[in-house]
Amino acid sequence: MSDLFLNDYAKEDVEKVPIRKGFGEGLKKAGEISEEVVALCADLTESTQMHLFKEAFPDRFFEVGVAEQNLVTVGSGLAAMGKIPFVSSYAAFSPGRNWEQIRTTIALNDRPVKIVGSHAGLYTGADGATHQMLEDIALMRVMPNMVVVIPGDSIEAQKATLALAKDSRPAYLRLAREATPVLTTEITPFEIGKAYLMREGGALSIISTGTMTYKALMAARQLANDGIEVDVLHVPTIKPLDAVAIIKTASKTGVVITIEEAQINGGLGGAVSELLAEHKPTHVFRMGMNDHFGESGTPEELFEQFGLSIKHIVLKAHAVLSELKKQ
Amino acid sequence: MPKKYSLIELEQLANSIRKDIITMLEHAGSGHSAGPLGLADIFTALYFDILRYDPKKPNWNERDIILLSNGHCIPVQYATMAEAGFFDKKELLTLRKFGARLQGHPERLRLPGLENTSGPLGSGLSQGIGMALGLRLSKMPHRYVYVVLGDGELDEGNVWEAAMLAPKYKLNNLIAIIDRNNIQIDGPTESVLPLENLKDKWEAFGWHVIEIDGNNIEAFIDAAAMAKAIVEKPVMIIAHTIPGKGVDFMEYDFHWHGKAPNHDEAVKALNELRTLGGKIRSEHE
Repeated sequence: MSDLFLNDYAKEDVEKVPIRKGFGEGLKKAGEISEEVVALCADLTESTQMHLFKEAFPDRFFEVGVAEQNLVTVGSGLAAMGKIPFVSSYAAFSPGRNWEQIRTTIALNDRPVKIVGSHAGLYTGADGATHQMLEDIALMRVMPNMVVVIPGDSIEAQKATLALAKDSRPAYLRLAREATPVLTTEITPFEIGKAYLMREGGALSIISTGTMTYKALMAARQLANDGIEVDVLHVPTIKPLDAVAIIKTASKTGVVITIEEAQINGGLGGAVSELLAEHKPTHVFRMGMNDHFGESGTPEELFEQFGLSIKHIVLKAHAVLSELKKQ
Repeated sequence: MPKKYSLIELEQLANSIRKDIITMLEHAGSGHSAGPLGLADIFTALYFDILRYDPKKPNWNERDIILLSNGHCIPVQYATMAEAGFFDKKELLTLRKFGARLQGHPERLRLPGLENTSGPLGSGLSQGIGMALGLRLSKMPHRYVYVVLGDGELDEGNVWEAAMLAPKYKLNNLIAIIDRNNIQIDGPTESVLPLENLKDKWEAFGWHVIEIDGNNIEAFIDAAAMAKAIVEKPVMIIAHTIPGKGVDFMEYDFHWHGKAPNHDEAVKALNELRTLGGKIRSEHE
C-alpha cells in the first residue's frame, strides 16, 4: 500500500531498532511539548529507555525503586494533579504484579496514566519464562476505560507515545526488548484506534500486531511467490479495536489468521474472534502462544519452537487454504 | 472555607455525624459501623477546622486534598461532607442503593468532592505521594494532602512501598493518619498480623510520628498544626481511636467492623448518641 509510505523492510540489511528505543525518544519529545508530562520508573530506567527523559527533565522524573504497586498508584496521584504520567517497568511486573492497583486507582478512577510494559513477549529471549510476559494483552484489554497499544516498530512506538501523551484516557503501551526491523517511516500514518492494511490480496487475511506484523509481511511476500496474495492488516491498537477495518478484510477474504507473540486466549486472536463471531462470522485461525509459557533461548529459537517464524506463517496459510478447499 | 468553630461546637458536630452514620447504615442494611464511628472526631476536625475547601466549588484550585485510603469507612466521610454542605443530608439515605452517588465504597467520578476511588486496601498513601509531588511540581506546596489509613490496611505491602518513598522526596506537604483502632475483620490486629511497634516502624522508615488520642478533637487539631511545622519529613499521625466510639455496645468489638445495625440496634445507638452516653435524659425513658 503506497499510501502507508512503508520502509523497504524486505531488504537483507533492513535497519533493526528496539521498539522500546522509539518509546524513549517519543517520551523525551512529549516532555518537550508539554511540561505536564512526567515519568516514573521502577529501577529499570535505562532498560525501559526512560533515561533520555530523565536526563532532559530530572525534576519531572521519579525513581520509585523496585515497587510496581507504588509505581502505578503514585502515577495515579500525579495524574490527579493534572500531570500526564508515563510509568514504566517490565510488563511481567507492570501490569503483571499491580493489576488491581491499575484497575482501581487508574481505570475505575479514570486517571490518564500511561502504563508502559517493556520486555513483553518472546523477544525477551534469554531471560526466560518469568520475564516473557504473554498474558498482558488479555489482562489489559478486559479493563474498562483502558486503551491498549502495541507498536510494530520503533518509529511507530515513538508516534504512539506522542499520541498517548495527548490522549486523556488511561493506556497500556506494550514494548519489546530486542532490535526488530523498522517497517514504517516518519510519514507512515498512526492514530490510536486505527488498523492499517499494509498489503492487499484476496486469498485470506492475516491480522497481526506488534513485532509480528513484520513476520506477517515477509510471509505474505513468500506466499505471493507461490501465487497467493493475502491481506495483511496491522493492528497496533488492540483497544479500541478497529472493527471497521477488521470486518472489511474478513468480509473480503472470508478467512482470517491472527498472529501475536502473546497468549491467543484473550489476546489479539481472542479480540478478533469475539468481534467477528458477533458481527461477521468468519473462520479464524489463531497463531501465538496457546496456553503455555515460554523458556530461555534466542528470539529466533523461540519463534521456531512455538511455531511463530515466517516459515510457520507461510505453512499455516497453505494449510488453511487447502483445508478450506476440501470443505 | 469553613468558619472557626469552638471545641464544643465541634464535639456537637461529631455527635451529629455519628447519628447520621447510624441512620444511613441502618437504612442501607449493610456496611461498616465501627471504623466510621471511631473516625467521626478526626473527620469533624478535618472538615470543620483544618482543611481548605469550598463545598460549592469542589474542584477549587486552592483546596487541600483528603484521601480515605480504607474506603470501607466512607460513611463517615459522606456524613461529614453532608454536614459541611457538599450535598443535602437526605441523600445520606441513598447509601449503597442502586443509582446512588453514595456508592458502597467511594467512587470519585460519582460524587463531586471525593478525591479518589478506594476500597481495595493499601493504595491511598501512594496516591497521596503522587498528589504531593504533583502539587510541588505545580508550585502549590501550600496545599496539603491528608491521607487516612486504617490499621488493618497496614498489612498490605503497597503501604510499605509508599512508606519508603515519601521520606525520599521529603514530602512535607503530605500528612498521613493511621486510624489505630486495633480491630480488623478477622479479629484484633495484633492476633491477625501484629503491627507493633508501629511508631518505631514508621520512624525507622524516615517519618516524623505523632501519637495522639484520635477521639480527642483538640489533640488532633494540635497534631495537624504540629505536622505542618515539620519541614524535612512527611508526618504520620498515629491516632488511637475506639472502634464504635459513642455507641456502648459497639465499642471495642471487632464484630462491628463490617456490620450495619438493624432497626432495634439503631434505635438503641441513636438514643445513646442523643443523650451523649446517658448524660442527658432520653425522651424514650
